[in-house]
Amino acid sequence: MGLVLTEDQQMLKSSASDFVRNESPVSRVRHLRDSDDPVGYSPELWAKMAALGWPAILIPEDCGGLGMGYVEMACVLEECGRALVPEPLLSTVLLGANAILLGGSSEQKKTLLPPVAEGSRTMALAWQEKGARYDRTVSAARAEKSGSGWRLRGEKTLVLDGASADHIVVIARTAGADSDREGLSMFVVDRGAPGLSVVPQKTMHLRAAAVVRLSDVEVPVSALVGEQGNAAALLDDVLDRATVGLCAEMLGNMRTTFEMTLDYLKTRKQFGVVIGTFQALKHRAAKVFVELELSRSAVLGAATAIDQGAKDSRALVSVAKARCSDAAVLCGYEGIQMHGGIGMTDEHDIGLYVKRMRGNEMTFGDAAWHRDRFAAMQGF
Amino acid sequence: MGDIETFRQETRAWLEANCPASMRFGANAGGGNLADELAWGGRKETYANPETKLWLDRMASRGWTAPTWPKPYGGGGLSREEAKVLAEEMRRIRAKPPLIGFGLTMIGPLLLQSGNEEQKLRFLPEICRGEVRWCQGYSEPGAGSDLAGLQTRGVRDGDTWTINGQKVWTSYADKADWMFVLVRTEFEKPKHEGITFMLIDMDQPGVTVKPIKLISGYSPFCETFLEDARVDHENIVGGIGNGWTMAKALLGHERSMISEAFNESEERNELVAAARRYVGQENGGRIRDGALRDRISQLTMDKTCLELTLKRTKEAAKLGQQPGPESSIFKYYATELNKERTSLLVGILGPQALGWDGEGFEGAEIDATRSWLRARGNSIEGGTSEVQLNIIAKRVLGLPD
Ligand SMILES: Cc1cc2nc3c(=O)[nH]c(=O)nc-3n(C[C@H](O)[C@H](O)[C@H](O)COP(=O)(O)OP(=O)(O)OC[C@H]3O[C@@H](n4cnc5c(N)ncnc54)[C@H](O)[C@@H]3O)c2cc1C
Ligand SMILES: Cc1cc2nc3c(=O)[nH]c(=O)nc-3n(C[C@H](O)[C@H](O)[C@H](O)COP(=O)(O)OP(=O)(O)OC[C@H]3O[C@@H](n4cnc5c(N)ncnc54)[C@H](O)[C@@H]3O)c2cc1C
Repeated sequence: MGLVLTEDQQMLKSSASDFVRNESPVSRVRHLRDSDDPVGYSPELWAKMAALGWPAILIPEDCGGLGMGYVEMACVLEECGRALVPEPLLSTVLLGANAILLGGSSEQKKTLLPPVAEGSRTMALAWQEKGARYDRTVSAARAEKSGSGWRLRGEKTLVLDGASADHIVVIARTAGADSDREGLSMFVVDRGAPGLSVVPQKTMHLRAAAVVRLSDVEVPVSALVGEQGNAAALLDDVLDRATVGLCAEMLGNMRTTFEMTLDYLKTRKQFGVVIGTFQALKHRAAKVFVELELSRSAVLGAATAIDQGAKDSRALVSVAKARCSDAAVLCGYEGIQMHGGIGMTDEHDIGLYVKRMRGNEMTFGDAAWHRDRFAAMQGF
Repeated sequence: MGDIETFRQETRAWLEANCPASMRFGANAGGGNLADELAWGGRKETYANPETKLWLDRMASRGWTAPTWPKPYGGGGLSREEAKVLAEEMRRIRAKPPLIGFGLTMIGPLLLQSGNEEQKLRFLPEICRGEVRWCQGYSEPGAGSDLAGLQTRGVRDGDTWTINGQKVWTSYADKADWMFVLVRTEFEKPKHEGITFMLIDMDQPGVTVKPIKLISGYSPFCETFLEDARVDHENIVGGIGNGWTMAKALLGHERSMISEAFNESEERNELVAAARRYVGQENGGRIRDGALRDRISQLTMDKTCLELTLKRTKEAAKLGQQPGPESSIFKYYATELNKERTSLLVGILGPQALGWDGEGFEGAEIDATRSWLRARGNSIEGGTSEVQLNIIAKRVLGLPD
């Protein structure tokens, strides 16, 4: 069981769908872009989402959460993906809070997770460095023992919702060379920490991101998340889970793009008929649909595997990300092509989706990267 | 819970004791068309290997050639859960299926669904015992994708019908005892309405069969000529003029059979094993050629996605949800995937895939080559990929004609 939604899950999904439809038109993302908003989302809407319990979904009940699973999270994120909803679920819950949830001490969980669950604090995960492509182990950023704690130095890039986060979990090296798998550690840094600077980045795919610079940021011993020097596996686990969430968003991205395209095929007339009568377009639309259905199965498969702690869950995460990456790009490209000239205009929403999908494709590893990881896991 | 565990233990013990060694995959290393090593049943079957027949009889005696069919019809009367256990236990010892063919996968399910009691009692038990082999007489020279354009005519005279026409691409008609066939019985009606679904005894004067060889060299399909062939009225399924409904239902069984067939592919890592052997591996077992590794990884993932989608559909069906649009994608996707898989395998073998017979080539190599050629037909038989895409575009996406 698990690949078909239960009644409760369906209810959660349809309420998320209603919420997104009523509260979050795509025009909001466009407006945030055009107004150069540094936060990149609406704190008021985030509070409403928190009231619905969304940031609490994955957080255990003893930390103030709802203790639900990835299938539930995916239900909500898919609906968010339908309208490119910019609120920081992925960054706060699936990246930042997950690092604490999966690797933190009980003290860290108790102090950090309840405010996340209730929506009063946001988090981010600073793990990527410029030029590392998808390599998760590269960290030139370092942490050294200093007096009563640690001193962090270095630079992270593309930190999702980094500019607005209250706490940033940072990967820094405590031993080894820049790209060693061993020697990575995780620290949680508060936003006001002296020496921490956060500079918003403008991204093609309209996700709020930031460069995080650490110039001798001092943190206490209690800021270390998990074991010193052993954060690589923890980071993989966190990124895997975030990947499933991202895939769910991509599913939503695809659905809306595809609906838009189908709609266009049914209304746009050329040669005296609607263009949806042309088999050259029909067959391509059918193929995109097939990709969408396969993507849905892959996302549910991965989410279920994580919820059940299945031993092939990592492989299934790669299956999902590879599939969704390829499918989303196809769906976007075909969408633009079938829209003809209008699809190339900024005014039309399809371009926003295409950019978002391509950006998501290049987040947490693209299809080829995941195929290679999958092959390695399967021993070939 | 306890019951099913007992069932598993008993099944395991029985299979262990009753499945002959040669009826387990891997026992004989390639060298022939796998389909020809399995039992198709029927009066013309010769059973080159006597254990094939033994295995069939033993399984049939328990109704396990058709595990979920009701016992009175020759089946095993197993619940879905028990059938799953049986399948798992068979897979565990890599048992070959005791019987394959269109009786079990196509006409049987249709009769269960739409046949009358007499038809069920008459035909189903002999299907389960492998006594009668069936073939499918749908396609005609002028009616392939446009199946409803068929011209074979049936005229009634009291309790019998006289049939005239020609069928084509009738797989294994030369080995079959009975054929299910679509016949035009009402000539003035719109083309989908005047069709009737009939069961024809092939062993009669008016039926002639001429084999046609496939590009793979294997499994001839045939031209089937019907000249004043006779069909008893009682062998009409679903009533006069309801043939198109029957045809579509049966095509549903056929398409799911075709897509499931690839899902059962028993050597999951066949591509990996071949790549390691023919292309080489690095220390640690990684395939030496990165581009090839990527292709294999992609196909393996594709297959996983297909399996998950099949599983999703089955779960939904179990919960009583209508089969969703996912189901229409299987025939298309599974067959395209199988074409890719067999093609990649041949590519991995390289020059060793050039063999057709005999000297210098292993049986498995020749199998790979012929399977690749046979697979070209996967996206044609049972409705072409283009036709599947038309169906998706029209029925699922609502795109206009
Ligand atoms: C960047 C850019 C610059 C341009 N510059 C100019 C310019 O300077 N001057 C100018 O006059 N025009 C210009 N154009 C317009 C361009 O020529 C048209 O966009 C193009 O001819 C397609 O027409 P359409 O946009 O109306 O799409 P449509 O004709 O509406 O087509 C929509 C979709 O339907 C498909 N389709 C249509 N008919 C069929 C059919 N019979 N069979 C199968 N598929 C079909 C199309 O291939 C497309 O995928 C420009 C377009 C772009 C994108
Ligand atoms: C290996 C094999 C076994 C078979 N076994 C049997 C059997 O046992 N019994 C039986 O009755 N039949 C059998 N068939 C026949 C099979 O069902 C037909 O071949 C199939 O339905 C296609 O018909 P056709 O060959 O006449 O091709 P056509 O219908 O002539 O098609 C030719 C090409 O045109 C395309 N095309 C046709 N119509 C459209 C359309 N509307 N839109 C877009 N493209 C279109 C097709 O996709 C195909 O690519 C078998 C076929 C094969 C290959």
